[in-house]
Amino acid sequence: MAYTVTTQTPASRIAAILGALAIVVLVALPFFAGRGTIQDMFFILTMLVLAQFWNLLAGYGGLVSIGQQAFVGVGAYALFGTVILWGLDPVPSILLAGVAALVIAVPTAFFAFRLNGAYFAIGTWVIAEVVRLLVAQWKTLGGGTGTSLPRDATRDMWFVEIIEETLGVRSAAARDILAYWLALILALATIGGVYWLLRTRRGLALAAVRDNTEAAKSVGVDAGRMKWIVFLTSAFGTGLAGGLIYMQKARISPDAAFSVTDWTAYVIFIVVIGGIGTVEGPIIGVLVFFALQSLLADFGSWYLMTLGVLAIVIMLVAPRGLWGLLSERTGLHLFPIRRRLTGGKLTASEE
Amino acid sequence: MALLQTEGLVAHYGDFQALFGVDIELREAETVAIIGANGAGKTTLMRSIAGVLRNEAASVSFNGAPIGAQAADEIMAQGVAMVPEGRKLFPSLSVEENLLIGTYGRKTEGHWTLKTVYELFPILAERRHNPGTALSGGQQQMVAIGRALMSNPRVLLCDEISLGLAPVVIKDIYKAIPQIKAAGASMIVVEQDIAQAMAVADRVYCMMEGRVTLSGTPDNLSRDDIHNAYFGASH
Amino acid sequence: MIWVDTIIQGILLGGLYALFASGLSLVFGIMRLVNLAHGDLIVMGAYLILVLVTLLGLSPFIAVFIAMPLMFALGWVLQKYLLNRTLGDDILPPLLVTFGLSIALQNALLEGFSADSQRLPTNALTTASVEAGPITLGVMPLLTFASAVLVIIGLNQLFYRTELGRAFRATSDDATTASLMGIKPANIFATATGIALVIVTIAALYLGLRANFDPNIGPARLIYAFEAVIIGGLGSLWGTLLGGIIIGVAQTVGAAINPEWQILAGHIAFLVVLLIRPRGLFPRAND
Repeated sequence: MAYTVTTQTPASRIAAILGALAIVVLVALPFFAGRGTIQDMFFILTMLVLAQFWNLLAGYGGLVSIGQQAFVGVGAYALFGTVILWGLDPVPSILLAGVAALVIAVPTAFFAFRLNGAYFAIGTWVIAEVVRLLVAQWKTLGGGTGTSLPRDATRDMWFVEIIEETLGVRSAAARDILAYWLALILALATIGGVYWLLRTRRGLALAAVRDNTEAAKSVGVDAGRMKWIVFLTSAFGTGLAGGLIYMQKARISPDAAFSVTDWTAYVIFIVVIGGIGTVEGPIIGVLVFFALQSLLADFGSWYLMTLGVLAIVIMLVAPRGLWGLLSERTGLHLFPIRRRLTGGKLTASEE
Repeated sequence: MALLQTEGLVAHYGDFQALFGVDIELREAETVAIIGANGAGKTTLMRSIAGVLRNEAASVSFNGAPIGAQAADEIMAQGVAMVPEGRKLFPSLSVEENLLIGTYGRKTEGHWTLKTVYELFPILAERRHNPGTALSGGQQQMVAIGRALMSNPRVLLCDEISLGLAPVVIKDIYKAIPQIKAAGASMIVVEQDIAQAMAVADRVYCMMEGRVTLSGTPDNLSRDDIHNAYFGASH
Repeated sequence: MIWVDTIIQGILLGGLYALFASGLSLVFGIMRLVNLAHGDLIVMGAYLILVLVTLLGLSPFIAVFIAMPLMFALGWVLQKYLLNRTLGDDILPPLLVTFGLSIALQNALLEGFSADSQRLPTNALTTASVEAGPITLGVMPLLTFASAVLVIIGLNQLFYRTELGRAFRATSDDATTASLMGIKPANIFATATGIALVIVTIAALYLGLRANFDPNIGPARLIYAFEAVIIGGLGSLWGTLLGGIIIGVAQTVGAAINPEWQILAGHIAFLVVLLIRPRGLFPRAND
């Protein structure tokens, strides 16, 4: 009887089946759900993508960034730039949004990596402010007041006509459905990609770096390189999400696209509430966040105050978040990363 | 009655148990030496008494009162001062400031003042404005002892005060011990250097693997007894 | 001559930023804690002074002395019962807790005082100016700068001339050994944050007297404070003053070229220093 090393657990197998079902439902959602639901789901999925990438940075990489809005904003402005200045279709421009964020991430990392710990956090924030102020000087894209996507660019967007005809919806709704499907693809690719990354040798090394930089160094993990990989990956993904979010909004301004509240504070709360350092955490977190927002959004600042206090309480009482509480009680792991030895017997050696 | 006493003292570092029911006592005006090899639990015992590690309240008593559950600062305020292993001077403080901070939690009039500490270790007076960490190892050890004396403690815990020092320097430091005794402090001295410990102690405890394996006075303990208690009987 | 004037205005503005930064620097120096709610606490201090001025009909310069002990108590309680619980090897809890605090505080202020901008009442003194040769200097900026210098002198005296200061430094070096000296690290940290909030209150006075404020301006103050601390070098209070001056001068010079460049110029100055001297101008030896 042979030993096998596996990361699967019975729960993860059931989760895989349920997950596959959920994906089918999500893909088919526009066929039976209304436009409001589609817009809500778009919001949830894009926030989930941002949360997964922030979690990769902070939860796995130990890099607490408060400057992710830089990459959302740069991605969004790159999309508007390519559409308005070069006349490209918005859909392929999303990829360029990711690339633009990646390009900005290189000098950002160069500066921010000179700062440690908490100072890294504020350093990324300063750089995001610098990028916002520079973009506000870009008069062709509306300067400080911002601009909109040209009407013909959104009307003639790839796939919109097919969706209009197939689902029998109007152009505006078809654009939302397109954005939703793209967000779904991005979210699934993000979760899959992050999960894959964490299970590779690199991913395991990442956990080692987070837990103990010195020890990781001694077993030959290049901590500096891991930080770069994680930072650039997160920037690219965050830029893609930024491009997609503003393709759907079709209207942009520097204050909105570089908002620390919308693109970093909310994201941090999602991850902290759901459970930092887990793949499941952001998924739970985004659902709780959306529920709270639906309940409390009318109360304006009370809503944000509640989120702030909730994050404090969770960090003190249950630092691994809601998912941490759940998996501690039940031993449940939907995205197991730990490798376990199964098969064979541990007692006798087999000849 | 013992001035300071441990009864069934246990200590853990996570899953690792470092002390298994240690009973020792220190009487008024007495100097007790605790000897044992590396890892015997001597430093853990000192840290438990000083309150760096918390214990069951009743497992340590001082002056008849249980102090095992108290924090280090509370225990210090009652008059139990420690010279920690590795000296642990404050690098941001000068020699004199290192001495002065020794009175932070306990300001008791007594023999020990800046003046008398400088008389005990004259070299420190010369170097009073240097950063504590700019001194040689032996001088740093003098600062650490002086710092603990400044509060005029009733009990002085000295943890490995000869560790890493040259023999001639150790001699200098041990010369101070009779004077400290004479000024009225009871002492527990933790040592790996058996000869040094025997020379100053009224009584000796030998520890091995978290337990007291032998106790007695320097006169009535034979070399073989100590050797066995120190390294185990199989050697 | 206009340039000399611009630079002097910038130096004086640097005094305000040094006031923002001193509390941050103090807390970081003693317990390696970066309080992301620092800017919001400054804004809260300004509202506290405003409330005292409105309710009791006091001058802001008197009200600030009532606000100081209140803010000290707030800082003490905040550190002792909330922030001390986040200290440790993991950097996530203090960052995320103070970030949550920042957002909660901002929105509590919004709820209590609305988003309308406010200003502390000014009088003849605060709008007066003095002639120094060809240059006109406002009394307010001069007062701000003088306060910053006094605060830094005071903190240095506290640190190097008092028993509490020794305890601060000892605890910062090694909290466990400090407890063997009878020091309670938890209380030392609480006292340090209390003192930081007293400085925050002084900063708040000048923030509120010099310009309008509203609940949303806290994070920008945190950023200026942070930049001043990093430029000066962690733990050096005079360095922090110089850092504040560099940000202040960069901002006024930037604004003189193009008003839209004011804030940007300050950030760029910070990045340039970070590029040339990553550890700041006066780094502490044992960090």
